[in-house]
Amino acid sequence: MNNLYNDPIGHWVVVVLAMAVVLFVLLTGTAYAVWMERVALGHIQRRPGPNRVGPWGLMQSAADGIKLAFKESFIPAETDRIIYVIAPMIAVAAAFLAWSVIPIGLWYNVQYWIADVNVGVLLIFAVSSLNVYAIVLGGYASNNKYSLLGGLRSAAQLISYEMAMGLSLVPTFMIVGSLRLRDIVDYTVHWGPYTGPIPLILLTPIGFVIYMISAVAETNRTPFDLPEAEQELIGGFLTEYSGLKFVMYYLAEYVNVITASALATLVFFGGWYLWFVPPVLAFFLKVVFFVFVYIWLRGTFPRLRYDMLMRLGWKVLLPLAIVNVIVTGVIIVLVQG
Amino acid sequence: MADEPKKADHENPSVLDDIGALAKGLKTTLGEYFSPQITTEYPEEKSPRSERYRGRHYLRRYDNGLERCIGCELCAAACPVGCILVIAAENSDENRVSPGERYAKTYEINMLRCIFCGYCEDACPVQAIVLGPEYELSDTSREKFIYTKEKLLEPLPPDVQARLDSKGK
Repeated sequence: MNNLYNDPIGHWVVVVLAMAVVLFVLLTGTAYAVWMERVALGHIQRRPGPNRVGPWGLMQSAADGIKLAFKESFIPAETDRIIYVIAPMIAVAAAFLAWSVIPIGLWYNVQYWIADVNVGVLLIFAVSSLNVYAIVLGGYASNNKYSLLGGLRSAAQLISYEMAMGLSLVPTFMIVGSLRLRDIVDYTVHWGPYTGPIPLILLTPIGFVIYMISAVAETNRTPFDLPEAEQELIGGFLTEYSGLKFVMYYLAEYVNVITASALATLVFFGGWYLWFVPPVLAFFLKVVFFVFVYIWLRGTFPRLRYDMLMRLGWKVLLPLAIVNVIVTGVIIVLVQG
Repeated sequence: MADEPKKADHENPSVLDDIGALAKGLKTTLGEYFSPQITTEYPEEKSPRSERYRGRHYLRRYDNGLERCIGCELCAAACPVGCILVIAAENSDENRVSPGERYAKTYEINMLRCIFCGYCEDACPVQAIVLGPEYELSDTSREKFIYTKEKLLEPLPPDVQARLDSKGK
């Protein structure tokens, strides 16, 4: 297998194959994330959720997808047509791009990822922050006051929480000394008799809490789903979108959820290491767990008011993240002498 | 007086209290997640109805097979939405449909109009019309919702018959 990676043509074959597989898995995974969300929310409310289409309702997302694909692709009057069409594409492209650098597992010397970039986390942040353009442009181009308000809220929210999110991971980078996700997963400690990879949450618990809160805000999910707050903004930036363009936003949202879960798995929970469980399966299980946490949060907490959201972002999470960085730095200096 | 410090705590909750509240919420929803569901899977299982449930109408017969309806049109008069049409005709010895002087030649109920109030049942002097328990009345065309006499004369469900018998009607 190593020969194949070193051969220039073989390398490209592997990369293109990996891209196809990741794309397929993500699309399927998104469909089942939607199914899982609806079933889990249903159980939280003591109802079964979708259970009619296929066994356990597993084909529900396929039915929804077909229904949405056959809807009229409606563009409202006086919209900025080009931006209106491009905005959902930006959302999807940005969401999928992040997966180009997410390592899924290392199993019998086979690399389950597309590319192993030495600034992987940075790239994920850069790409996931593109999502704000999709939402702002979509809200602006829709020629609808509610869409515009949703887009503006989203811009403010995403910019605020991106800072806390980025800073929440900095202690991890300081400890590991690398931005390469593979290095972070493979980070080994020598602690008494134990030598090997550890879940970094043991060293950066506060970073993890900040990351989880800001990741929920970054993906515009309840309790931070102000850009599409139904009660006050109809559907926010989604108001004027229907059919396949709506699907694109929806897809992007769920891919972002899976990406955020994958990043949490990689940075804080040891990636593909889980006792005896095969690496790729272990990664999958951890991601599913985090997706469930997202759904659990959605099923539990009511939406924050806008000023509370801003206060939490700027007055609580950001200072906490900065203090976390400083304290981690001090500890590292003290430990390493 | 003893409640005052408690109230002050509630007004100024500490961060730990807030986190505890969040954890309590998460615990509650997880508890609900694993509790039994309370959904009734409707087409397969149906929730119980009152024995006096007012569903679709039935016209009744006497035990000897004669129709009870005497064509008096009191039901049509009582109906608040005017969904009942009764056209009466005289009974004769050759053609005896009901025990009285007249019978209903035409008896139609427009089920799209009907509000299932049961006034027709109350108004009827011979207990000819009753409202049964069926509520799944959907159909494919408007014409099919005009229930004719033949359809209304279908035999009553046994439980409705038993209820009427117990009241001596």
